[in-house]
Amino acid sequence: MLSVLALTSVVLLSLASQITAIVVYTSWEKHALVGSDVRLSCSFFSWHWTSPDVTFSWQYRPDGAKEGISIFHYGGGVAYVDNKGPFRDRLEFVGNPSRRDGSILIKELDFSDNGTFTCDAKNPPDIVGHSSSVRLLVFEKVPVQAGVVTGAIIGVVLGLLILIVAIYYLMRFLVARRVFSLSMSKHGKKGKGKEGTQQKQALAVADPVKLKAAASEKKKQESRREKK
Amino acid sequence: MLLLLMGIVVLHVAGLVLLLVSTIVSAWVINTNSRSDLWTNCTTVSGVYRCDPADTGVWIQAVQAMMILSIIFSFISLFLFFCQLFTLKKGGRFLLTGAFQILASLFVMCGGIIYTVMNSGWVPAKESYGFSFILAWIAFPLAFISGVVYVILRKRE
Repeated sequence: MLSVLALTSVVLLSLASQITAIVVYTSWEKHALVGSDVRLSCSFFSWHWTSPDVTFSWQYRPDGAKEGISIFHYGGGVAYVDNKGPFRDRLEFVGNPSRRDGSILIKELDFSDNGTFTCDAKNPPDIVGHSSSVRLLVFEKVPVQAGVVTGAIIGVVLGLLILIVAIYYLMRFLVARRVFSLSMSKHGKKGKGKEGTQQKQALAVADPVKLKAAASEKKKQESRREKK
Repeated sequence: MLLLLMGIVVLHVAGLVLLLVSTIVSAWVINTNSRSDLWTNCTTVSGVYRCDPADTGVWIQAVQAMMILSIIFSFISLFLFFCQLFTLKKGGRFLLTGAFQILASLFVMCGGIIYTVMNSGWVPAKESYGFSFILAWIAFPLAFISGVVYVILRKRE
């Protein structure tokens, strides 16, 4: 009995520590053009209310470097931006800590800004958790993603094909209806019996080929009657 | 009549198989230790064989699209051939089948031309063309001839 209690308490405790872990969210990758600005977003999920002592910190590790340097810190209600490192005068805090948003804006990008940006957020008492990284890729011009052009060409050609087939069947249907209405108005003045059979024949199919066959069959029948 | 039919179907299927092989197998450009095609570039560097996805340029994507479209149209024309075989009245022509097959051959031709002309952009000058490239160029006249035969052919019996 005691061992069961101990086991459940251990399980609950471990669950509790899992529940109170903070989860930080950033994008996976960001693509940007040289000279433009890019906004790196960072948010977190925590079971506790947003504390007034919430902190955000950003680290930058260039491509190929082993360690990163700290470029931004928000704590105690004050934002501290980089004033000595590679981003001095280019970094701006555009987040809203009370809404759990710790995003930063980097202006006038250069190729040397390629690298990994890591965001770490702490929401006391919720301080245990992993940080999250976003890779920044700076391009001269935005490359075409693999498969976009391929898909576009295939889609357009197949779409045209389907459109042509649909138009063809629509034309056939319209022509058939027109032939049907013409034949109706033509033979409407003659006897009711003939009208009945013609109606049945015309209503059975809306196919001009079959209508032609039916018309030729009618003619054959009429010629047979005349012969008789 | 049956012999003729078998012959035509074999021709069509042969063209289709050539198209499939040339699109799928990675051998458009072959070097002693690397081969590349529409989809990947594979190299053997000091015993390690690794493949990277192909350059995402606009032209190679156009070639990819052309080859895929030609395969699709060839399949459609094969399907239409069997449909028309049973529904066409005597003396009729396999026009639709032939049209789709000729379109397929045109797509292969466009793909081949684009690849040949724009090659300098993504392939080093010293490399030689592989068998997939040659198969694609063979598939074009094969498909074209088979399409023309369909147009000329009249259904008998």
